[in-house]
Amino acid sequence: MIELDAVTYSYPRTPQPALRDVRLSIPAGQFCAIVGANGAGKSTLCYLLAGFAPHFFKGELSGAVRVAGHDVARTPLAEMAADVGLVFANPFNQITGARFTVREEVAFGLENMGTPRDEMLARTAAALATTGLSDLAERSPYALSGGQQQRLAIASILVMRPRLLVLDEPTSQLDPVGTQEIFSVLEELVRQGETTVVLVSYKLEWVGQHADRVVVLDNGRILADGPPRDILTNDDLAASSTRYTQAARRARAEGLAPAQGLLPVTLDEAISFFENAGEAA
Amino acid sequence: MQLALQNVHFAYAPDAVALRGVDLSIAPGERVAIIGANGAGKTTLVKQFNGLLKPQQGRVLVGDWDTRARTVAQMARRVGLVFQNPDDQLFKQTVADEVAFGPRNLGFDAAHAARAVDAALAAVGLSAAAETHPYDLSTAQRKLVALATILAMETPVVVWDEPTIGQDGQGLQRLGEIVAKLHENGRTIITISHDIDFCADYFERIVVMAQGRIIADGPATAVFAQQDVLAQASVTAPQLARLGAALNLPGIPLGIDAFIAALRSGSER
Repeated sequence: MIELDAVTYSYPRTPQPALRDVRLSIPAGQFCAIVGANGAGKSTLCYLLAGFAPHFFKGELSGAVRVAGHDVARTPLAEMAADVGLVFANPFNQITGARFTVREEVAFGLENMGTPRDEMLARTAAALATTGLSDLAERSPYALSGGQQQRLAIASILVMRPRLLVLDEPTSQLDPVGTQEIFSVLEELVRQGETTVVLVSYKLEWVGQHADRVVVLDNGRILADGPPRDILTNDDLAASSTRYTQAARRARAEGLAPAQGLLPVTLDEAISFFENAGEAA
Repeated sequence: MQLALQNVHFAYAPDAVALRGVDLSIAPGERVAIIGANGAGKTTLVKQFNGLLKPQQGRVLVGDWDTRARTVAQMARRVGLVFQNPDDQLFKQTVADEVAFGPRNLGFDAAHAARAVDAALAAVGLSAAAETHPYDLSTAQRKLVALATILAMETPVVVWDEPTIGQDGQGLQRLGEIVAKLHENGRTIITISHDIDFCADYFERIVVMAQGRIIADGPATAVFAQQDVLAQASVTAPQLARLGAALNLPGIPLGIDAFIAALRSGSER
């Protein structure tokens, strides 16, 4: 689905590239999380996968970027949009301003594609239900709270059913239960076999629970890449870990848990880690 | 500065009721985190503190001022509100100008304003970026500029809406240090956040909102013990509190030290 080969990209009038020599291959049907510090290049990678870099932001791109069968450097944004859905970090940027209600806003993309009315209504209702917005369907998009606007941004992309979903911190403003629901929905879409997900998030507990793979970006480069439990328990990447991993590491250092074996990332893994530690003690 | 909301009601429209009778009292110097579902009324509540919104029923007292009898400009001397989205609030050419706008507007003399700007930029760790254009900074840094603009106004009460959005681990730690420093200086600090671990780490009092009402209010260890209330507000307990509960450890461990202590006492039983 995604093939990046020796990709370096710089925004206009900036001396430092935002991405440097990135090589990344993501097969169709994978749930891939991107993590890393502020300024690591995570959002830039999202823009690149959707074609916003370089087509909207301009700047300089070298290397090969193939996404959903397109050579991104040569494919106009409108053509990319048919296959790649991008949810921006700031949901406000995503609201069209052209529609009066939440329902119309979600239906906007389908309307533009000339989707038959019945199908459009059904798909819109489903996307609203998935994001917990059914009760707010007749409200103005501007009368929503920050978190509700973020749900709207996600619904507007989900409704399009793109083959590749790229989401830049889509749950940053969602309440904890809403966050879990979105991660579950994304995993479900991937498991159904027709969607590939690339997701930027700081919420490592849910990344650990739902993603197939974690890519760590650092200063524009890929620093680590592998299964969540390998990456998120790696001592060298200790800044990228859940409280469960941190507590287990500390328990181990204080002799409260066996020195061998995998550290936990998720709640369930932590429960069995500490239950086994209790039995061993 | 004492804050008091008494039976506050507020609706944006007849079908958009945001606050349904809120009573809340916050003492000077408290660290309070407000948590709850999207659309529960959290942002509407904090906009009552600085008079951006006025109660349609009930009243809001900030010290001896009733917000209904004061202008937003007057309220700005007592309560500083940092918005969720920094781009709603930044409009100057340099970070220093941006931060100086508030103190100048409040009529601080030049020397006082300069001191306030320096102190605010130092507090958020952006002294070196004073001459940078705000839009040349990352979103996470712009959020810190937005905070500095409020800190420079030297209000006794600082309200911070969703500070953790877009902050990495290091950024979160810096936010925690800022909260601690403001607390040492005696300021009241109130935050809205969905980052429950952040709330548990740095705020002693947790207020839980659901559908325009406060459904729990108290010390973090007491509030995070109430699973049913948390579920009603679409929030969860901090990670290690959930783990502690699953392992039947004593108490409600909020952080790693408390969790390790609970693990020790649990294994000695």
